[in-house]
Amino acid sequence: MPDVTKTDVKTGAQDPVGGAPAVAALEAKPEKARSLWGDAWADLRRSWIFIVSSVLIFILLLITFFPGWFTSAEPILGDLSKHYLQKPKLGDIGSADWLGYDQQGRSVYARVIYGTRASIAVGFGTTLLVTLLGSLVGMIAGYFGGVVDSVLSRLTDVFFGIPFLLGTMVVLNSFPDRTTWIVIGALGLFGWTQISRVMRGAVITTKQADYVQAAKALGAGTPRIMFRHILPNTLAPVIVVATISLGVYIAAEATLSFLGLGLSGVSWGNDISDGGNQIRVAQWIMLYPSIMLSITVLAFIMLGEAVRNALDPKMR
Amino acid sequence: MTVIEEVSVPSPRDGDGGPLLEVRDLHVEFHTREGVVKAVNGVNYSVDAGETLAVLGESGSGKSVTAQAVMGILDMPPAKIPQGEILFRGQDMLKMSGEERRKIRGRRIAMIFQDALSSLNPVLSVGYQLGEMFRVHQGMSKKDAKAKAIELMDRVKIPAAAARVNDYPHQFSGGMRQRIMIAMALALEPDLIIADEPTTALDVTVQAQVMELLADLQREYNMGLILITHDLGVVADVADKIAVMYAGRIVERAPVHELYKRPAHPYTRGLLDSIPRLDQKGQELYAIKGLPPNLLRVPSGCAFNPRCPKAQDICRTDIPDLFPVTEPDGSELVGRASACHFWKETIHG
Amino acid sequence: MAELSKNDEPQDATPNVSDVEVVDAHSETEAVAAIEAPVERGEPILQVRDLVKHFPLTQGILFRKQIGAVKAVDGVSFDLYQGETLGIVGESGCGKSTVAKLLMNLEQVTAGEIFYKGQDITKLSGRAQKAVRRNIQMVFQDPYTSLNPRMTVGDIIGEPYDIHPEVAPKGDRRRKVQELLDVVGLNPEYINRYPHQFSGGQRQRIGIARGLALNPEVIICDEPVSALDVSVQAQVINLMERLQDEFNLSYIFIAHDLSIVRHISDRVGVMYLGKIAEIGSDEQIYDHPTHPYTQALLSAVPVPDPEAREGRERIILTGDVPSPANPPSGCRFRTRCWKAQDKCAQEEPLLAVPERFKSVDTPAAHESACHFAEEKDVVHAA
Repeated sequence: MPDVTKTDVKTGAQDPVGGAPAVAALEAKPEKARSLWGDAWADLRRSWIFIVSSVLIFILLLITFFPGWFTSAEPILGDLSKHYLQKPKLGDIGSADWLGYDQQGRSVYARVIYGTRASIAVGFGTTLLVTLLGSLVGMIAGYFGGVVDSVLSRLTDVFFGIPFLLGTMVVLNSFPDRTTWIVIGALGLFGWTQISRVMRGAVITTKQADYVQAAKALGAGTPRIMFRHILPNTLAPVIVVATISLGVYIAAEATLSFLGLGLSGVSWGNDISDGGNQIRVAQWIMLYPSIMLSITVLAFIMLGEAVRNALDPKMR
Repeated sequence: MTVIEEVSVPSPRDGDGGPLLEVRDLHVEFHTREGVVKAVNGVNYSVDAGETLAVLGESGSGKSVTAQAVMGILDMPPAKIPQGEILFRGQDMLKMSGEERRKIRGRRIAMIFQDALSSLNPVLSVGYQLGEMFRVHQGMSKKDAKAKAIELMDRVKIPAAAARVNDYPHQFSGGMRQRIMIAMALALEPDLIIADEPTTALDVTVQAQVMELLADLQREYNMGLILITHDLGVVADVADKIAVMYAGRIVERAPVHELYKRPAHPYTRGLLDSIPRLDQKGQELYAIKGLPPNLLRVPSGCAFNPRCPKAQDICRTDIPDLFPVTEPDGSELVGRASACHFWKETIHG
Repeated sequence: MAELSKNDEPQDATPNVSDVEVVDAHSETEAVAAIEAPVERGEPILQVRDLVKHFPLTQGILFRKQIGAVKAVDGVSFDLYQGETLGIVGESGCGKSTVAKLLMNLEQVTAGEIFYKGQDITKLSGRAQKAVRRNIQMVFQDPYTSLNPRMTVGDIIGEPYDIHPEVAPKGDRRRKVQELLDVVGLNPEYINRYPHQFSGGQRQRIGIARGLALNPEVIICDEPVSALDVSVQAQVINLMERLQDEFNLSYIFIAHDLSIVRHISDRVGVMYLGKIAEIGSDEQIYDHPTHPYTQALLSAVPVPDPEAREGRERIILTGDVPSPANPPSGCRFRTRCWKAQDKCAQEEPLLAVPERFKSVDTPAAHESACHFAEEKDVVHAA
């Protein structure tokens, strides 16, 4: 039995190929260990799109968790003396009066601030759900192939065939009280197919890679091959799709709220819907939530774009 | 046939006595995120009609980039040609307009690539793709173009050409696809063919067929041929003269027999010594130590010095010129040159 | 490898299949013991008998029905002796890579047996299969795709220890990985680097180090140098030869480059369309080939010597390799063979020492699957 521990022959120096380590050491000196993720991160940090979008997203997250830092006004309590005839006082940055009042006398600024939480929660929650569900289905279909793949792929096709908004509307319509969880569940139910398809494709490609064959040749079991070899190499496209779709789900939630099928509480979509009725007399009720919504969706789509550029192997 | 004749008439073979193609002091660099990659650093070579020049080198030696620059198919940016001339029949192609270059490309200079499958359009029949040359360049009718396509397929010895003219690229084997690529390159009877690793992707027995075909056709049409390869065996079989490239420079130039008998550069010698022989068992292989250079950090002086058994201090500081190589008595060796400070010791010692 | 000369009479050295002890599935412990037992140098360590692999061709989306099969490997038998290198050459599509996958148990065999120290590894499971995995390792062709780009070199070379923890205790692993890096000529400090920071030749060394980690006895090398630059190929070949001596390894060396195979191999098998056309010692195959396909293959190799090109006879084959889904009847080479006669279409030639050479003491007396086998030297200039 060969025994590597007993390397009595100290190789390297006297070996005919011994020049290699020396030269390589010389050449490789300035390089540090860089993982592909590390490379992508170094790229990201240099991208202005990434910097702008992550600053925006950071602010949005602050608003989500600490709305009290941004306004002391209450979003639900209406003061009818200040109803929508009170116009925005744009000079008064940050005050309850800043963006005006709606027809029930609630501060538009407070509602924009508190509405952020709903949008961000739905956006993140749905993305998390579709990523987990879609990745799981895609991974199982891609890895096991055969009948499993046929069945799961047809199932994916069925859900993919249902128009996204129509499907969620039908589901949400049957719930009188629509909490965040229910909206997330409904969006997730019809949203996972895209991630599933991306994941399945990536898994099928990676499954055939030589390093997966090499792991099998060593006798590695299914969990090790899946989680150590296949998953890390399929994450990049999934992350890109997930980041971009985060913005899409926020927009979808607003659309549902606009149609009267969204969250029951404070949300931009509800305000845009209400404001739509007053557009001739009080444009601000609709305008400011719309601007926030656009900025938020844009921020996540920009982030997705930056991540895509950093992770796309063709760019490097 | 008649149409082809008309086109080939205005191409004066050996018209002005100069070489068919001459590359002078060509530099090509790529601007990348990590810095400037100097892929080609002052390459000179020339080819005459009816002559085969082999450009030999490993990956990163600049052999393919030089050919792409000649062909005018480099993506610029990221590539840049800061310096140099590419003279085709005495005219500098780098100074030509895009329109003039396009006229030369395909008609006067044609290229054959390594991977025939990705060079052919998968959704068009090979007959259509071959005929396209005649339709576009010579305004032939569809029917005539198809007849020409069959004739070309016959010429490159594709069996049952008339029956297969409507087949698609994936229906042909690798060797047959490479024949189709050759047919395409030949279609307009060019003066010069550049073949970039034309047989590397093929099996040995098919390789022999394709190289023989290429050599026959070259003789028949009296074309110049630039053969780019890493395979010392293929070169020995077909080339007239060889240019060996390393890290973007030509390190040795010689007629084919001379190069194999008496290499004048340590890199060439190392390459020849490191390949096992078919006709005898042999002892341990000689191995060139170290790694091919990283083009972002080419060693100072002679780029080969860290791997060279003969390297001295001068090799680490001075870039050697391409010195003419002579016999020990000083008499000239025609067509020989070596970019080594110690070429004398290498060839004679 | 002079010890192997006693195997010049291959039919003597080849044990009958019935002689090989087939162990009951229950006696797993016995099987493991047999697998762990040492084998004398020059004794067969791996025996392949009538190996068949057919890939079904199917049609339909949900309900697939078989409409044919690609006969990638169609009845291949050979022995690998302890300490030797068996080269397997052939053109693309001849089934040589599939043989490697079957030996590694990466594909299920359709029929046939693979005996490792007398145990049929196609039928083993559990501990015995794990023991075989440990003892037969593989080096892959493409060093750019055979290393997981998201793992460090240390994780890649150390992975075998994660899967077979009994080989090295946990605290020992880092040191072992560094020793392996040293053994294959890489700087042990590279342990935390990632594959993309290395050149092709260095990556192949990493792949070799991974193959060595479990102290295997057999290494299957599938085109290990064909993706490397010429100047680096010799380094890797020399390294592999050195490791073979150092660790007493047996190699199956699969390649299309006939010169390299001659250099490294003790014996060589030539494959064509899923079958072995000719097999023998390197001298028998290269200097005294008797099968027309071997002769054509050897004569087509471009030799890096322009003087030799004038003196050599070149056999240029016509046509292409037929599809393995629909191989010719009788001898599979007959469609491209210049000697083919009616007999070749009707009767399949068996892989055996040709009748005419049987009683003669000549290097031409080795196994060749041709009805009209005759010796022809195509390698040396006339």
